[in-house]
Amino acid sequence: MDTLATYALRLGDDSLIAGQRLGEWCGHAPALEVDLSLANVALDQIGQATHFLALAGEIEGQGRDADKLAFHRDVMDFTNCLLVEQPNGDFAQTIARLFLFSHYQELVFAALATSKDAHFAAIAAKAVKEVAYHATLASDWVVRLGDGTEESRARMVAGLDWMWRFVDELFVMDEVDTAALAAGVGIDKAALRGAWDQRIDAVLADANLARPAARRPVLGGRVGRHSEHLGHILSEMQFLQRAYPGATW
Amino acid sequence: MSDASKEWPLWEVFVRGKGGLSHRHVGSVHAADAKMAVEHARDTYTRRMEGVSLWVLPSSAITASDPGDAAALFEPAEDKVYRHPTFYKIPDGITHI
Repeated sequence: MDTLATYALRLGDDSLIAGQRLGEWCGHAPALEVDLSLANVALDQIGQATHFLALAGEIEGQGRDADKLAFHRDVMDFTNCLLVEQPNGDFAQTIARLFLFSHYQELVFAALATSKDAHFAAIAAKAVKEVAYHATLASDWVVRLGDGTEESRARMVAGLDWMWRFVDELFVMDEVDTAALAAGVGIDKAALRGAWDQRIDAVLADANLARPAARRPVLGGRVGRHSEHLGHILSEMQFLQRAYPGATW
Repeated sequence: MSDASKEWPLWEVFVRGKGGLSHRHVGSVHAADAKMAVEHARDTYTRRMEGVSLWVLPSSAITASDPGDAAALFEPAEDKVYRHPTFYKIPDGITHI
């Protein structure tokens, strides 16, 4: 795949795996209204994935559409960041993941909306409104749980602690990112770190939570080195198209 | 959640369909406070572009008329047809009145 196709693929895989993972809550959330909230967010993410994967397939020019890319790639071909494939755990752990990821996505899409490439810019401009709501929703829950009862606070701390080692990977600029940036299409993710830190710290302060202790970062998602969790996500997500190739309804 | 006292309080949800229309009651949500109620209302009742504005208010803030008083409250209006503004022509193109 060429650089820009890979670039679109990464954006699509982030949203796809985030949405698939979050969708696991459907029917299991603590309250009916929360069930709908999480499902709405997951559907927004799947929608973003559809656009970015379709764009990746178009740039690649090998006849692969969004479905082909989503359902007929193996785990090592997925380029999502490790954060989005992490287990849901309890509600607080899920909120921790959505909180860290949606603030990152909001900054990414806001920057990408000014891309020289009209396709990337259009998808980002639509998605930035969606993820702004995700970030508000997740931040709200971080404050409620962090500044809530002793138990909710302990769970929020544990959730953030679990997810924190996957944060640094979000802002890494490798050769694909650098080339996409040089082409005027991609964005400088490393430059977003300061703004992200400020947003996260402001919410944590509201929630009376300390920033988790720095950990040795785990990297590798962008080049297909995933945790054991992604394989399980794919086995469920891809089952139908693997068992009945081309099935439609 | 079987213990009713641990349930989040109930909020009534009103949606304005589009500019110019009034907010209409659409249902209710459970939420811990007003902010959460707006989020839940948004996620429950405006997922299919139903609205441009939301109101929520605590269900407990509503005082309802007593069904037992219905006869005294409403029946006296039955024979006062002259109170209906039915003698005006409504111009074409006015859809909400």
